[in-house]
Amino acid sequence: MRRVFQIAAAVCSALAAEPPLVIQNAQVLTVTKGSFRGSVVIRNGKIAEAGEKTLVPLGAHVIDAGGQYLMPGIVDCHSHIAADSINEGSVSVSSMVSIEDVLDPEDIAIYRALAGGVTTANILHGSANAIGGQCVVIKLRWGKDARGLLFAGAKPGLKLALGENPKRQGYAPAQGRSPRYPATRMGVEDVIRQAFAEAKAYRQAWREYQDKVARGENAIPPRRDLRLEPLVEVLEGKRLVHAHCYRADEILMLLRLAEEIGFRVKTLQHVLEGYKVAKEIAAHGAGASTFSDWWAYKVEAYDAIPYNAALMLRKGVLVSLNSDSAELMRRLNTEAAKTLKYGGLTEEEALSLITINPARQLEIDDRVGSIEPGKDADLVLFDKHPLSSYAKVQKVFIDGELYFDRDRDLSARPEREQRRKALVEREREAEKKQPSRTRDRDTERPQ
Amino acid sequence: MRRKEFPVYRVAKHVTVKVLAGVLWSVPLGAEAPAVYAIRGARVVTGKGPILERATVIVRDGLIADVGAQAAIPADAWVIEAEGLSVYPGLMDALSSLGLPEGSPATQRRPEPPSSAEAERTEDVPVNSAWVRAADLLNPAERRIEAARNIGFTAAATFPMRGILCGQGAVIALAGDRPGEMVIHPSAGLYVTLTTRRGGGFPASLMGAIAYLRQVFLDADHYEQARTIYNRNPAGLKRPEYDRALEALLASPRVLLPASTAVEIARMLRLAAEIRRTPVLYGGHEAWRSAELLRESGVSVIVSLKWPERDRDADPDVEESLRVLEMREKAPATPATLAKAGVRFAFSSAGLTDRRDFVRAVRRALNAGLSEADALRALTLHPAEIYGLSDRLGTVEPGKIANLVVTSGDLFQEQTEIKHVFVDGRKYQPIAISREEGRP
Repeated sequence: MRRVFQIAAAVCSALAAEPPLVIQNAQVLTVTKGSFRGSVVIRNGKIAEAGEKTLVPLGAHVIDAGGQYLMPGIVDCHSHIAADSINEGSVSVSSMVSIEDVLDPEDIAIYRALAGGVTTANILHGSANAIGGQCVVIKLRWGKDARGLLFAGAKPGLKLALGENPKRQGYAPAQGRSPRYPATRMGVEDVIRQAFAEAKAYRQAWREYQDKVARGENAIPPRRDLRLEPLVEVLEGKRLVHAHCYRADEILMLLRLAEEIGFRVKTLQHVLEGYKVAKEIAAHGAGASTFSDWWAYKVEAYDAIPYNAALMLRKGVLVSLNSDSAELMRRLNTEAAKTLKYGGLTEEEALSLITINPARQLEIDDRVGSIEPGKDADLVLFDKHPLSSYAKVQKVFIDGELYFDRDRDLSARPEREQRRKALVEREREAEKKQPSRTRDRDTERPQ
Repeated sequence: MRRKEFPVYRVAKHVTVKVLAGVLWSVPLGAEAPAVYAIRGARVVTGKGPILERATVIVRDGLIADVGAQAAIPADAWVIEAEGLSVYPGLMDALSSLGLPEGSPATQRRPEPPSSAEAERTEDVPVNSAWVRAADLLNPAERRIEAARNIGFTAAATFPMRGILCGQGAVIALAGDRPGEMVIHPSAGLYVTLTTRRGGGFPASLMGAIAYLRQVFLDADHYEQARTIYNRNPAGLKRPEYDRALEALLASPRVLLPASTAVEIARMLRLAAEIRRTPVLYGGHEAWRSAELLRESGVSVIVSLKWPERDRDADPDVEESLRVLEMREKAPATPATLAKAGVRFAFSSAGLTDRRDFVRAVRRALNAGLSEADALRALTLHPAEIYGLSDRLGTVEPGKIANLVVTSGDLFQEQTEIKHVFVDGRKYQPIAISREEGRP
C-alpha cells in the first residue's frame, strides 16, 4: 500500500510541474451540476474550476473544444479486461486470489475502452464460485505499468456469485473435472454462510491470541489465512462486496443472508430481476449494476426487461450500467442512451448511470464521476452529445493527462502498419537464410 | 615422467583400462586418467582480466594449479601441445534439468491429494514438492549430459521441474561416475513455475498459483516462528507439526521465478519482495524493456537461448500484432541491453545440444550488440555468481575447479572445433555427432 502512495506522490509531483490545462468553448455536461457552455480549468491533474466564464491561468495550455461535448470519464462497474486470469474456478471459495496480482497493463482492451470514453473500471473476478476472488478498481492509464493502473485509495472488492454459474460445477462439471459442492442455490447460500462463519472464527482466534500476548502469556500466533482475511475485511467494512445475481428470490436471499452475517452488499451485479425487488434492494442499501437490454442468454436471464434500470432508479436504488464485456465497454454511452427510450430517464439521469452512480457504488465519487472542482480531471470530449449514437470520442484525459486522441491515433496508423510489415518481411528473410532446425528436437522445459 | 599424447598410447590406454577394470573392478573407470595436465602454449581466455597469449594451464587433482606464460610444467604432467588452440573456462548452463532422468519416479509418483483442494497441509497439494532435491535424483548416465559436454558445457544448475514448487536444484559437474561426485552444490534454489492444475484442483489459474505461492511462503514464515516460540518454552503449547515442504522452503537460498515479458518481470519482482525471498528470474525474453527496473532491484536474470520463433504452422492469413512481432525481433537484444544497464544475466542453453544451434543462438545476441566477453561471462562467471559459486567456478584461475574448454579458435564461431573438455580436471574428447546421425 505504501508503494501505491509513493507512486501517487511521485505522479502528483511530476504533474505539479505541468502547466495548467484549459478546455475552452465546450458544451460541459457536469452530470451533477447541470450543463453549460464554458470551460474547465485543470491544475495538477485535478479540476480546478468549471464554469461559463473562467480565467485562463498564465502559461496555461488551451484546447478549444469548438462546441464539442465534455463529460466526466465513464466509470464501468463490471469489467474483466486488463487481467491475465479471471476465474479461479477450482474451489467454491476463492477469496485468496486477486485480480491485482494478474493485471495486464498491455491488454489492448484497455486502449479500446479508453477510446470509448471509459476512464475507470472495476475489474472483477469471474462468477464461477459462490465466493470469488478479490477485485480491483483501475484507471485506464494506457502505457503505465500494472501499479500505474491502480486507482489509489479506492476500496478493494470481493466477488460473490449466485445462481447458475457457481452451482454449475456441482451438477454439470466441465469435462475432466470432478463435481464440486454446491450443486443448488441452497448450497450456494450455505457456502457463503459457512465461509463467513469460518472468517468470524478466524478473527476470534486472532483476538484470543492478542489477548494472550497482552496478558504476557506464551502463545503461538494463528496461521495467517489469506482465504479468510478478505472475508474479515468485508465484515469490517474495508472491502466492498460485488455480487453476481439474476433472480429476485436469490437477490432477497443474499440481502437477508448479508444482514444475518453482518455485512452490506455494496453492489448487485447484473441483477436482471432487480425491478421485482427494487424496494428491498433500496432498503438494504445495495447498489444495482445492470445491463441495458441483454436478456435470455441463459434461463435465469429470461425475466430481464430493458426497463430494469429505470424502474430500480425510480424506486430509490443507486443504479449503474455496466459492460461485462470488452466490446460493449467501448460504447457505454449508447447503453446509457437506451434508458431514454426504456423508462424515460432524463439525459442527466442516463449519464449518471455510467458516471457518478457507478462512482458512488465504488465509493470513489469524491474523486470521479462528475465535473466538479476538486475532482480528478478524468474527462471525455465527444464530437456530438454522448447520448447520440453518432457521437465519437475525440479526446480522453485521466488526471489531466491526455491518454487518447482520435487524430493522433488515426495519423499514427500508417506508420505502425509500415513498421509491422517491415518486421514481417525481415523475419521471413532471416528464415530463408537460416531454416529452423531446432523445431523438431526435444528441448527442455519452459525456461 | 612426461607423457605425450599419441595414438599408440591411446590404444595402450584402452587395453590397460580393460585389464584394470577386469582385475580391480572396484576402481572407477576414470581413475586411470592422469591427475596432472599441462595445456601448453594456448591462448587463454581466463574470463577475468586480459586474454593470455601463449600461456600454459596446469591442471592437478581436479583443480587449476597454475595459469600463465611462466607456469612451470610439472614432471608428472601429461602435456597437451595447445599452440594455436584456445582455452576457455568451462561453460555452465544456468538453468537445466540435466542429469535428471525425465519422468524419474521420485518426481512422478506423487500421492494424489485428498479431494478437498483446501487441504490442510501444504505438502498435500500436488503442485508442491519443494522437498524433492535434484542432488538426490542424479543419474550420471543421463543421455543429455554427454551431449551438453560435447558442446562445451562442464557444469549446470539442474532442477526438478514438475508442479509449482518443483523442488530444490543442484549445481552439478557434467561428468562423474557417481551422483555424489557430480554435485558441486546441493542447494541451488527452489524452482517455481506458474503452471496450473489440470483436472480441476486448486490452483487452476495464474492468480490462483500466485495466491498459492503467497500463502505457502507465509506458512513457512509462520512455521519458523511457531518453532522458535515452541523451542524457547514448550510448556503449555501444542507441538507444531513437522512439514517437509515448509522445511524445504526455509532451507532454500533463493527462488527461481518465471518471467519472460515485461509485465511478468514487474509482477514477479513484486511477488519476490512480498514473500521476502531472493529471486532469480528466468525466461527474460522481453527483459530489454525492463532493464531499468531490474537494475534498481539488483535481481539477476537467466535468459533462455531458445529465442522466440514464429510458429511456421500458423495460419498465414492471420496478421500478427506489431507487439508480438517486436517482441520476437527484439528478444535477442535483451542480453546486450541488460549488459549495458549493468544487470547481471546468465544464459540457459534451453536444451540446445547441437553445437551449430547453440552457436547460432549466441550469435543472434552478439549480432544484436552483445560483446563476446559479456556472452562468455553469461555462460561462465555469471551463472557461478548467481548460485554463489564464483569462488570455485566460472574463470580460468588457480585454485578453481578445472572445468575448461579447449577449442581450435573463437568459441562463438560455428566452424570452431572443440578439442577437449575438462570437467573436474578430467579430460573428455567431444564426439563429433553430425546432424544427420542424430544423437549417439
